[in-house]
Amino acid sequence: MSSIVQFENVGLRYGLGSETLSDVSFSLHAGGFYFLTGASGAGKTSLLKLLYLAQRPSRGVIRLFNEDVVTLPRKRLPGFRRRIGVVFQDFRLVPHLSTYDNIALPLRVSGMMESEIAAPVAEMLGWVGLADRADARPATLSGGEQQRVAIARAVIGRPEILIADEPTGNVDPDMADRLLTLFEALNKLGTTLVVATHDIPLIGKVAGAHMMRLDRGRLQDPTGALRYPPRRSDMK
Amino acid sequence: MPWVIAIMMFLTVLMAAAGLGLFHAAQLLSRDLAGGATVQVIEADAVSRQDTVARLKQVLARAPEVAKVEIVPESTLLDQLRPWLGDDLASSDLPVPALIDVQLRSDAPQVLASLRSRIAPISAGVRVEPHAKFLGPLSGLMRSLAWLAAGIILLMAIATGAVVILAARGAHDSHRATIDVLHLMGATDVQIARLFQRRMALDALFGGTLGFAGAVAVILIVAQRLKSTGSDIVQSIALPGETWLLLAALPIAGVGLAMLTARMTVLTALERQL
Repeated sequence: MSSIVQFENVGLRYGLGSETLSDVSFSLHAGGFYFLTGASGAGKTSLLKLLYLAQRPSRGVIRLFNEDVVTLPRKRLPGFRRRIGVVFQDFRLVPHLSTYDNIALPLRVSGMMESEIAAPVAEMLGWVGLADRADARPATLSGGEQQRVAIARAVIGRPEILIADEPTGNVDPDMADRLLTLFEALNKLGTTLVVATHDIPLIGKVAGAHMMRLDRGRLQDPTGALRYPPRRSDMK
Repeated sequence: MPWVIAIMMFLTVLMAAAGLGLFHAAQLLSRDLAGGATVQVIEADAVSRQDTVARLKQVLARAPEVAKVEIVPESTLLDQLRPWLGDDLASSDLPVPALIDVQLRSDAPQVLASLRSRIAPISAGVRVEPHAKFLGPLSGLMRSLAWLAAGIILLMAIATGAVVILAARGAHDSHRATIDVLHLMGATDVQIARLFQRRMALDALFGGTLGFAGAVAVILIVAQRLKSTGSDIVQSIALPGETWLLLAALPIAGVGLAMLTARMTVLTALERQL
């Protein structure tokens, strides 16, 4: 399997404080399903920010799609970001846009014509079960519905990597299972999944998923060998 | 913001109209004054005065400095003096000077001096007064006021730009979360700036149209008032056809200025982000 993300000795420091992330090295393979765990403040969100290019590291090398993104000129970042979908913990839906327009946003950003947008958005609305809420504003949607809009928005551009920060943190167990099913379906279509979560039992529900654990800014499983459930090849 | 722009546009259009009107009036005045002079014949005896006028006319008509000679009819003079000296002026003993309007071939001081020396031997009561001497300061004042108006318009444009910068910064700060999301979706700075540009353009168009309409109404009312004064000089403060095009271009320029300022402001702010 080809490597889609590589971190080498990455460190991240905000201002003059101590390092939030230290010597983080790992690589993610295309089509893999990765869980990122760790206690609150361990650096999960910071690591995800580096992954979805919201932050540059203080040191180290990050290669994304086989390109060094640390030294990448700022104007080239949008092209990389369009290949990554992000589901934020707080959804970050645009409040004055309808469900339809929120989901259509990445397609509009990528420059698609309006006539080309309607069909994929309708398909996505059906996929997340929100076809009848297309005109609703985020404020009128339940937490679970908002979460599904956020997921639909993250995946409509067919990203190569989908990053989700605590996607089950605000939903009930039933909805968490349904979200996981959505993620697995996406993963089967070839999308690389990176899901940050505290929910250890959730990790056990995805066969073949890798688990990375952060502890005080350091990756405890840099080889990616720690899995739930373990694969036979890794047990040798 | 649209209301602030409406007020700014209202004042800018009024100021521009005043400036253009004064500039036009100053131009007309300068054109009328160029080479103009009046020869006054101040003699108490009416017969002698008429004789001097007749001789002057002959000399002036032959003089190489003079392009045109026109004796101002006595009736015209009496009409102009009547408001100050009353209706009985014609039958009174008060001597009224005779006036001859002269158009010189050049404004040069030596031409005027040459004319003076040419007519001086005819009579001691003859004076030559160039029009520029008494109307020149007025023309200069009009030009100064027109430039002052231009300066004020420039300041208003700067103030409008500052208002747009503040509005764009405010909008940028209040929509920061949405901008971050758009950035992370792969939106370019130009795409985001375009959204602000469009918003500001619509606000500026609304405000500009409103301000322009209000100013035009005021200009039309003032024009009516100027017309009713009956004064030639006051009536010369008019707006020719092409100046209306210039005034109509102001709201369009306002929209352009708002768009450009919003774009620059937002792009500068976005460049500070990753």
